Amino acid sequence: MSARRLPEGGRIDRSALLQLTFDGRSIEAYPGDTLASALLAADEAIIARSFKYHRPRGIVAAGVEEPNALVQLRSGARTEPNTRATTLEAYSGLNATGQNAWPSLKFDLQSVNRHLSPFFGAGFYYKTFMGPFKGTGFWMTCEKFIRKAAGMGKGDHSPDPDSYQTSNAFCDLLVIGAGPAGLAAALAAGENGDRILLIEQDHELGGSLLSNPVGGQSDTWLAEMRARLTALDNVKILTRTTVFGAYDSDVYGAVERLWDHVETVPPHQHRQIFWQIRAKRAVMATGAIERHLAFGHNDLPGVMLASGVRSYLNRYAVLAGRSIVVMTNNDSAYGAAIELAQAGASVTLADLRRTPPDGLSKRLDAAGGTVLAGHGVLCALGRKRVSGAQIAPLDERGQSCGAARKVDCDVIAVSGGWSPVLNLWSHRQKKPVFDESAWCFKPSADALPTLTPVGSAVAAGTLQNTIADGAKAGAVKGVMPDLASDNPDADHWVRDISPVWRITGANGKTTGKAFVDMQHDVAVSDIELAHREGYVSVEHLKRYTTTGMATDQGKLSNMPALARMAELLGSSIPEVGTTTFRPPFTPTTVGALAANDAGHHFAPTRRSALHDWHVENGAKIMQAGLWLRPWYYPDSGEDLDAAYRREASHVRDHVGMVDVSTLGKIQVQGPDVAEFLNRIYVNGWKTLQVGRIRYGLMLREDGIVLDDGATARLGEHEYFMTTTTANAAKVLALAEQLLQTEWRDLKVHVTSVTDQWAAMAVAGPNARDVLASAFETVDLSAEALPNNHFVKAIIDGIQCRIHRMSFSGELAYEVYAPAKFGYHLWAQIMAHGATYDIRPYGMESMGTLRIEKGHVAGPELDGRTTLHDIGLEGMASSKKPFVGSVLRNRPRLADKTRPTLVGLEIQGDTGAKSGSILYDMTGSTDNHGLGWVSSTTYSPALGKYIALGFLAEGRERHGQQVRVIDFLGTGTQTATVTSPHFFDPKGVRQNG
Amino acid sequence: MIRLNCPVCGLRDETEFTYLGDATARRPKMDETDPKPWVDFVFFRDNPRGSHKEYWHHVLGCRQWLIVERDTVSHDISSSSLAKDVSA
Repeated sequence: MSARRLPEGGRIDRSALLQLTFDGRSIEAYPGDTLASALLAADEAIIARSFKYHRPRGIVAAGVEEPNALVQLRSGARTEPNTRATTLEAYSGLNATGQNAWPSLKFDLQSVNRHLSPFFGAGFYYKTFMGPFKGTGFWMTCEKFIRKAAGMGKGDHSPDPDSYQTSNAFCDLLVIGAGPAGLAAALAAGENGDRILLIEQDHELGGSLLSNPVGGQSDTWLAEMRARLTALDNVKILTRTTVFGAYDSDVYGAVERLWDHVETVPPHQHRQIFWQIRAKRAVMATGAIERHLAFGHNDLPGVMLASGVRSYLNRYAVLAGRSIVVMTNNDSAYGAAIELAQAGASVTLADLRRTPPDGLSKRLDAAGGTVLAGHGVLCALGRKRVSGAQIAPLDERGQSCGAARKVDCDVIAVSGGWSPVLNLWSHRQKKPVFDESAWCFKPSADALPTLTPVGSAVAAGTLQNTIADGAKAGAVKGVMPDLASDNPDADHWVRDISPVWRITGANGKTTGKAFVDMQHDVAVSDIELAHREGYVSVEHLKRYTTTGMATDQGKLSNMPALARMAELLGSSIPEVGTTTFRPPFTPTTVGALAANDAGHHFAPTRRSALHDWHVENGAKIMQAGLWLRPWYYPDSGEDLDAAYRREASHVRDHVGMVDVSTLGKIQVQGPDVAEFLNRIYVNGWKTLQVGRIRYGLMLREDGIVLDDGATARLGEHEYFMTTTTANAAKVLALAEQLLQTEWRDLKVHVTSVTDQWAAMAVAGPNARDVLASAFETVDLSAEALPNNHFVKAIIDGIQCRIHRMSFSGELAYEVYAPAKFGYHLWAQIMAHGATYDIRPYGMESMGTLRIEKGHVAGPELDGRTTLHDIGLEGMASSKKPFVGSVLRNRPRLADKTRPTLVGLEIQGDTGAKSGSILYDMTGSTDNHGLGWVSSTTYSPALGKYIALGFLAEGRERHGQQVRVIDFLGTGTQTATVTSPHFFDPKGVRQNG
Repeated sequence: MIRLNCPVCGLRDETEFTYLGDATARRPKMDETDPKPWVDFVFFRDNPRGSHKEYWHHVLGCRQWLIVERDTVSHDISSSSLAKDVSA
């Protein structure tokens, strides 16, 4: 045993005892503990196995920067991989296991990988793609093993049983981080009356002060700050909340972990809340993270950050070891060393600098510790945990210059100086500046007027500076309580740092593998390999070695990696530069980001006004874009095939009704509508009289067909335009754009009325009789209401319009009614139609009817086809310009070999698949073919399978045969090319 | 996320808008028959670094087309006005 819980002290509640399980073993903890502090108190050394080499790894840090102590939390659907034990609050029933080990953490068979490490260096994965083997076979073989052996925790594929919420917040000032600087900023601004949002990732306010010994001056200050802040109604405090990203326009993303500190989320509660914060300005009081140093076996369990060891001592009352070697290149670790010695550990401090600070050395001496000036740890000793340190005198470059000796110890506490947490700054695309005295990258204080970094995040010199800095950033007014530091010699970290990041033997090499990125198993030797292979850019280095690309985003590894790269390149760290941090700052649950936008709520659902009728009458419903539409109405025992064939026949033989409410409907009003329509449609509109309807086609600016539909002239200045269901929004936006930007001379107003009107098409030889029966007072005779005319009608007091027009090729009418009366009207028509054997029909048979007629729809108007391609070039007016009129005549669009619309009669007793490719009857199929199949159906009217498609020189090929090949499935079929107008090409039926 | 100041609705999230592009590209006159200016208008756009005047459509709001001046590097918005109020 080496680590242990001290009998008193710490910010833990000793009155309650929590039972935790780690790797099947029972662990005790107190409220206030993290899983890591509980594990350390229980002297659990190995928490995980490493990513590539399966090396044993233990706890390194006490905060978000932890690279190694990642655990698999919970089991089943609630399991969470890669959870940092250092930020996971202990709770009763907590169950976690170590990751990436088999059969166990203590004995992992795959640790054999460590002996194969020469083969797993930087870029080894990419190298398996290349020779000496031809093709991808070798890689495919390697990949299986690599994937299995490498990796971290395991995800679960079952749906997340918890719920999440999105919330929006607005504030005058967002304060990120509730350490000394953040608290000062929040109070200074809060007491000025600003609306403040103070966010802290810990469950407690205080930041770095929580790592000070309990009961000191900082606790008094903290208590006063907390009291004054909570007394302010205009200050909202969110704890257990991480601001994970900073975005344009001062928008911030944060996740509040409401119930991650209990075993299960209480019923009817959200597990987490995703906050979208819109702040007028923000203060970034995100603090700093201590850096690691590179030396042999610096990943061995027991090698920790000095700040981590200090936090465990002061906050959790856990003494990490009996005998501790501290190695530092700056003053900050002295505070930890002194407190550890006072707590009873035997402390040896190896100071990489030749001249250690006098006052601090004396205080450490007085506490019983030893200072070795100009010394460092060459390598950590021990197999599965630290049992000693090889210590040697060093020159100013960190190279051994004398005899090494072994010092027995169970912890090596390391400080390589501190790096400001500037991730959020980096998210805003700002480059940090290099501070030569603190040897760190930091934000420049005034580069972003609305985001002010303060305190340790800008390498503030002392605690007093930090607090003053925060208060100043918070508000100009406001009075801060004083805070004298407990330990004036060691209260901050920028003093007297020596830029040594790597400790080497006399030969200039590290003694054993020295890691920079422990989470991704990237060692100094990998940086050197990348350098030998020609990598110079820091961005390339990062991607090739994957340093800084693990879930911790290189919080510890950045500086040692950059320093080594700079050394190798013979340039300075600022010249090498740093990589860009991107959101999220810490791993974020995707469920929280998705929040309510999942499952049924992923997209809005649109239902027609007639939807209930369809459901009540047994329709099978299908999704068409956002719409739910009736697909088919099966009689008992019918499948889709039987039902749509029956429905299509029934329309041709008797009469049917289909819901067409989803059509886009646009009210177009104003004195210049005719001119507007003339410009936007390819055909002419000046002659359309009131009471008439005209079919129109519109192009995009580049001359490709955009959409088609019918427009009715309701009055002198009033038109009613319909668009296809799919393009309704696009057409409206285009109309608005042209009217508001280019055609401001036109007095025209467009309004979407899609949802205001229900629409149903009554089609078939009996259609007139049905409607005449329903609307007794309206004359629907062929003379009174010819094709492409409409009439207003009233039924049960409902004002409707009956448009005579046909999509099915039958005698047909579209009846429009205000949406709220749609259901009633539909039911009335069905009732009146019973005598005439009316039946509802769905999307599938509507498709059959229009394919039989050769009418184009979405599959033909696919954003690639021209008027000529779909055989409607005759509609284009030559007397007027319209949108696309010039560019539709681009030479390549006029190419005679372009595939054009044809009909295809498929031979045999199965239909063709949409997307099949058309080929000549003989010749190679090793090419893109002559065209493709766009729409396909069985035609009851013709008694065969037919299709629409596009075929090169299609009009000249009527009567010829082609091969129809579905490369994804059924193979080759033969089809006869025909006119697309399979059924009643002269249109006798619809004009009857 | 960018936030845009709609002259009708006030400061709103980017997610309420759709983007079209360069607002300085001039559509040729309707009766222009030379394909060259149409090709230029439809297919060619500068990709400036810095200030850019562009069309945004407040499609989930007042449905007005806006001309927004945005810095393509910093995403700073320096002005936004209704397209129909801006002299062409």
